Amino acid sequence: MVTNITNLGRSGLSDWLIQRVSAVILAVYTLFIVLYLLFNPGLDYATWSGLFAQTWMRIFSLLAFVSLAAHAWVGLWTVTTDYLKPTGIRVGAQTVIILAIFVFLVWGIQILWGA
Amino acid sequence: MLQVSIYRYNPETDSAPYMQEFQVDTQGRDIMVLDVLHMMKEQDNGLAYRRSCREGVCGSDGMNMNGKNGLACITPLSEVVKNGKLVLRPLPGLPVIRDLVVDMGLFYKQYERIQPYLQNDTPAPAIERLQSPEDRDKLDGLYECILCACCSTSCPSFWWNPDKFVGPAGLLQSYRFLADSRDEATRERLAELEDPFSVFRCRGIMNCVAVCPKGLNPTRAIGKIREMLLANAT
Repeated sequence: MVTNITNLGRSGLSDWLIQRVSAVILAVYTLFIVLYLLFNPGLDYATWSGLFAQTWMRIFSLLAFVSLAAHAWVGLWTVTTDYLKPTGIRVGAQTVIILAIFVFLVWGIQILWGA
Repeated sequence: MLQVSIYRYNPETDSAPYMQEFQVDTQGRDIMVLDVLHMMKEQDNGLAYRRSCREGVCGSDGMNMNGKNGLACITPLSEVVKNGKLVLRPLPGLPVIRDLVVDMGLFYKQYERIQPYLQNDTPAPAIERLQSPEDRDKLDGLYECILCACCSTSCPSFWWNPDKFVGPAGLLQSYRFLADSRDEATRERLAELEDPFSVFRCRGIMNCVAVCPKGLNPTRAIGKIREMLLANAT
């Protein structure tokens, strides 16, 4: 048993499951956005804004944002533990990553519900 | 004439490792890489490498041949030589003791960690612990591992974290005991593996499967361990 405290779920099993579930959610969201853009060629601001004004789209988008945050944390945490061997640099990089993910997530929520 | 480039390092006399060129006369025969090493040792008897059974059973002569790990004794030249050249290096990722001889300490430490022995506290029957043919079949493809380390030393996850990631060889053996109907320590074994490194540092790139000289599939065993962990925790 290897102890870790800066990974997302404190357990490799939960990190692994989160990574896979969030990947599926992100794939579905990406597919939806791509198809939406393909089926609306002359997209204007009103239509785009109208899509994001609907509650289901906001929930769907927030789900994708939270999935992206979790996915990025698990993935980048793995990268830091693979390649950054000095503890100070590794913990520093992990702090910057977690802070950036937090900022982007709150920013995303503000964009979804702000306007 | 076969041109062989071989990794040389003697810590007592060399300040750094270097590649040495050899010309070996194979007389056009398709011999094994180990035979070529013997011919080179006749030219320079200071050359160090491990070998024992010379028939792919003992697992001593794992090395990197033209960029791919394998056993020198069962790898014919026709399988590895490109443009008449052969490059021999020690197994990657492990400390070099001398020439092609590597320190397998970390590899064995990970093997020891998974407790590679049957654990059963019920009193042993008079003759032996019986197992159905179906249960015995589950061990096929697992017990044949000869611990040559070709798989673990071709795995980047093992290169970066050899102290934390068990590695494909150890995990194949771990599953060998998890899958054994006679073993009773399943829960304890799984509890030791659920952290982010021991099993989950595997990224499924299947280098281990590509190099295993016995044709085994550690990636599949790792997938089975993940399934067992998931079934146990959800």
